[in-house]
Amino acid sequence: MSTTDLESDSPAPQTSSMRGSGRRVGDSVFSYLSVGSGLLIFLTLAAVAIFLTSESMPAVIASQEFSGTSEFSLIEVTLPLVYGTVLASAIALVIAIPISIGIALFISHFAPRRLASGLGYMIDLLAAVPSVVYGLWGGIWLVPKLEPVYVFLNTYFGWIPLFAGEPTAPMRNLASASVVLAVMVLPIITAVSREVFLQTPRLQEEAALALGATRWETIRTVVLPFGRGGVVAASMLGLGRALGETMAVLMILAPGATFSLHILEVGRHNSIAANIASKQAEASGVDMSLLIFTGLVLFVLTFIINALARWIVARSGPKS
Amino acid sequence: MSSSTSVQAPPTVRSSDERRLPWYHLIFTGLAGLLVAVAVLAIFDALSVASAIMLGFGLHLLFGWGYSLLREGPRWAMDRLMTLLVIGAFAISMFPLLSLLWEVISRGLTRAIAAKPTPFSFWSEDMSGIIGGADAGGVFHAIVGTLLITLWASIISIPVGLFTAIFLVEYADQGWKRTLGRGVTFLVDVMTGIPSIVAGLFGLALFIAFMPDQSVRMGIMGAVALSLLMIPTVVRNSEEMLRLVPMDLREASYALGVPKWLTIVKVVLRTAIAGLTTGITLAIARVIGETAPLLLTVGMVTSVNWNMFDGRMATLPTFINQQYRNGNANCMNETVTNPVNQEVYACSITTNIDRAWAAAFTLIVIVMVLNIAARLVSHYFSPKLSR
Repeated sequence: MSTTDLESDSPAPQTSSMRGSGRRVGDSVFSYLSVGSGLLIFLTLAAVAIFLTSESMPAVIASQEFSGTSEFSLIEVTLPLVYGTVLASAIALVIAIPISIGIALFISHFAPRRLASGLGYMIDLLAAVPSVVYGLWGGIWLVPKLEPVYVFLNTYFGWIPLFAGEPTAPMRNLASASVVLAVMVLPIITAVSREVFLQTPRLQEEAALALGATRWETIRTVVLPFGRGGVVAASMLGLGRALGETMAVLMILAPGATFSLHILEVGRHNSIAANIASKQAEASGVDMSLLIFTGLVLFVLTFIINALARWIVARSGPKS
Repeated sequence: MSSSTSVQAPPTVRSSDERRLPWYHLIFTGLAGLLVAVAVLAIFDALSVASAIMLGFGLHLLFGWGYSLLREGPRWAMDRLMTLLVIGAFAISMFPLLSLLWEVISRGLTRAIAAKPTPFSFWSEDMSGIIGGADAGGVFHAIVGTLLITLWASIISIPVGLFTAIFLVEYADQGWKRTLGRGVTFLVDVMTGIPSIVAGLFGLALFIAFMPDQSVRMGIMGAVALSLLMIPTVVRNSEEMLRLVPMDLREASYALGVPKWLTIVKVVLRTAIAGLTTGITLAIARVIGETAPLLLTVGMVTSVNWNMFDGRMATLPTFINQQYRNGNANCMNETVTNPVNQEVYACSITTNIDRAWAAAFTLIVIVMVLNIAARLVSHYFSPKLSR
């Protein structure tokens, strides 16, 4: 680097051949480095796929489905975990999406212009808090606070299957984990939706206002239809985040492995990520590769969700 | 409230249609909602601040809507209801942030200041010999581990991420490089979505595939796992910043006969340096709080380990998790004796949880300092591109 620096700094015309070679060396080194980094990204992801697959092979081979021995069944181990993961994330999204859209609208259209960026920063702070701190806060502080709400729901809305069953204190159930997950995906959905809402063509909004529409009517007729694709994509990104979240679920949920719909009951569900984190310390050999297999399933699941989200963004992009 | 739209609704067209009420009528309906909520809750003997606010807000929605319906008509009533709902959504989202920060500061800072045996020793002691409910010990070893692992993750990620961003912006413009660039953009998107636990599994699977010892855990494994999460953030943040550099600057440099790589180093990177610093700092702040990958790859120890390539390491996030899992301690006696140096500590049932809060406070301070530093850099040092 330093030699080429010197060469290119020297102004004398007679060194033009040297300058040329220095230029070529510097350029090709830089070009190789940057192309190499791009290729390294390919290699890394290939390595992730290859190592997760190869390390999970022992479990696949030893499982009931392939070997015929009844040691353990891949499907029986994996499916309840997938169910728990998806259920927890779905409930988290049901809580988070309406609130996020509300916040995004508040920041983009309701809050005074001068406050808006500060308020957006407050929401970004929510995203900056490490997940383990959310787990600690949820496990110690939030779970006892939610207990009366659950008792209320169970007593008066117990006829809905979701709230049925017998909740017992401490409420380390799927619902608590979902509430904390909702808090964690909120900033992601808000940030993306806010961006989309802010891109609404100004003229269309002003046209609606000029026709005498109230602010809500403007939002309903102009902003929301414009931002629909963005909100869907934001929600999918949030879903991807919720599916892979480990610590909040690990620290709050008392694990179980059933297909129960009763989200208020304790010890009924578990998620893939939390299951890996809780069992990895003691696992080795086939047990470990079984955990890696569930990790591979999670990887594929989030990959599909994220790819779908990107596809929606790309499809709704050109129109904006 | 309604007066802050950029385009004012025209003054009344028909007086029966447009009777906008000033915003302070919201205070009346709000107070009415709160009073009724308090009264109802008092009758049912369930009065508390939280329940009063929740029921009060619900009633305020109803009262505000009904009042506005009577005085202003259905369209403005709907507008008022939605305004209230949207403000409510924002208030709800502030609630977890404020309560979390309050809990962490009130419980964590207190424990860190009033640490035993000496004040503030929480940040200079480690956990060696701290058993049972001993009210002592600290996170020095975990701070060292966190900083070391994050440093190594940065050493791996920043060059790779930066050069990938340079490739995407400066080189991927034609031919096969363009195709490669599209592929890289797609894969970076995929990497952004990798769950942190999968990154941890990758770090683990990569090393146990080559190591004879299946239970091997060391700092560098954690750094590799973290860099998998950090590279995409660095790439995307840097790419965004590099694209902001005006084409004119590059062309001016080429016109003076400066080679491409020198243009990148001396013009493009120098112009974007503030944005790059911000983006990289935010990427560091993102991975420094990651727990799951470290849980899988670096394990836990009780004393300082400076060697990234040998033995387990403690980190702040895993320390919080471990102390939280330990739960309440058993206190058989008034005191606990340290088997290593024979010091005697008081016994406290909540000592593990207290340490978890204090460590959480430490971690949040580190993350917030990084975040604020990033914002300050971008605020004060970014070049003024538009005059």
